Amino acid sequence: MLTRRIIACLDCRDGRVVKGVQFVDLIDAGDPAALAHRHAQEGADEIVLLDITATHEGRATLLDTVRRTAQSLFVPFTVGGGIRTAADAEAVFEAGADKVSINSAALADPALIGQIGQSFGAQAVIVAIDARRNQGSPDPVRNAHVYTHGGRRDSGRSVIEWAREAESRGAGEILLTSMDSDGMRSGFDCELTAAVSSAVRIPVIASGGAGTVGHFAEVFAAGQADAALAASIFHFGVSSARALKRELAQAGIPVRLPC
Amino acid sequence: MRVTVIDYKAGNLTSVVKALRYLGAKVEVTDRPEPLLQAERIVLPGVGHFAATKRLDDTGLTPAIRDAIDRGTPFLGICVGMQWLYKGSTEAPNQPGLSYFPWQCDRFHDGYEKVPHVGWNSLSVNPSSRLLADIEKGSYVYFTHAYKAPLSSGTVAVANYIEPFAAAVERGNVFAVQFHPEKSGVIGLTILKNFLEIQ
Repeated sequence: MLTRRIIACLDCRDGRVVKGVQFVDLIDAGDPAALAHRHAQEGADEIVLLDITATHEGRATLLDTVRRTAQSLFVPFTVGGGIRTAADAEAVFEAGADKVSINSAALADPALIGQIGQSFGAQAVIVAIDARRNQGSPDPVRNAHVYTHGGRRDSGRSVIEWAREAESRGAGEILLTSMDSDGMRSGFDCELTAAVSSAVRIPVIASGGAGTVGHFAEVFAAGQADAALAASIFHFGVSSARALKRELAQAGIPVRLPC
Repeated sequence: MRVTVIDYKAGNLTSVVKALRYLGAKVEVTDRPEPLLQAERIVLPGVGHFAATKRLDDTGLTPAIRDAIDRGTPFLGICVGMQWLYKGSTEAPNQPGLSYFPWQCDRFHDGYEKVPHVGWNSLSVNPSSRLLADIEKGSYVYFTHAYKAPLSSGTVAVANYIEPFAAAVERGNVFAVQFHPEKSGVIGLTILKNFLEIQ
């Protein structure tokens, strides 16, 4: 049976994990390679590394970080942040990423989705969408808008329309972050996730808002999410992805166990 | 252990090469037929569209692979590299496969479930499989594909998504998997190690 995926996300700046992990018994709590490896060993189904470095020098650091992280990582590995061109994506793939996540660059130039997919396959292209409910609309969920600049700027585009366009242009998966829920720890936006997931045929990864194990169970059931991403699984009162998955299994959600 | 990995520009080889090296193999990557003459083992990876296998025909790799298989060289196909061993795929009806397995690959039926099939799914393993030695029934591996091979003689692992399909196939010195062993954790590494140790 196909299982629901738990994806561990590492936010990196200048080659260091800058947030998301709070346990202290790790030798180097800030090293992305060490953390990615540990998450994989502790049962994460995939690893996402999101680079929030803005500088040119930082990009070279990122490739080095990807290379080191990928070296002995044998679960799917996605890299996002700052990928603006097909050449940027190619460099990240050559450093060892299996997938790239593109966000504002795809909005600015939707043809980029197909360009990357052409060389590396659709499965390698994740389109990340930062979404906010459209409170001014009679149907705030179905009319949710795509935001850019960390959720500050309204692109004016419909989330569902953009997800469908991304799919038709060859995206392999959608990474949907609810900017309304992000950081609130009050649960994923299950209604929005379900609306997007039922609008496309490709997998939807839910992100933003997880605070408890129950929130994951909800987003897999009511939210129809194919995967859920968490910046730090350890915030949710469990010790590891494995422990999270054990609880999800008890709640009747199919997960990869043992792992 | 020497392994020759075929590069036919169908996606990214880095992960496969990295996993084989991690297991101690000396990996040579080639996009030409000549190195296959001396190859100890051959891996044909591949993600993406079946039409990409046309390059195997255009570069003379197809007859070189056929000859290597006939000589008994252990051969492992992964994902599209598995499907190419069949007669062909409805994904690219005009592009023939090798026909080592005389069946056709086909798309998952559209219905309630999403297509493509992406994620970790469990295997039912035929215990006589050499490639899947020591892999327990129910082990999870990572898939990402919209087309699949049918169950047939030679199928050594079955996965179920919408319908049962061939997750692994083997006959003689030819082995193939629909999933990505290089992305399937310890289980996947065990499968690659088994391939590297096949005599």
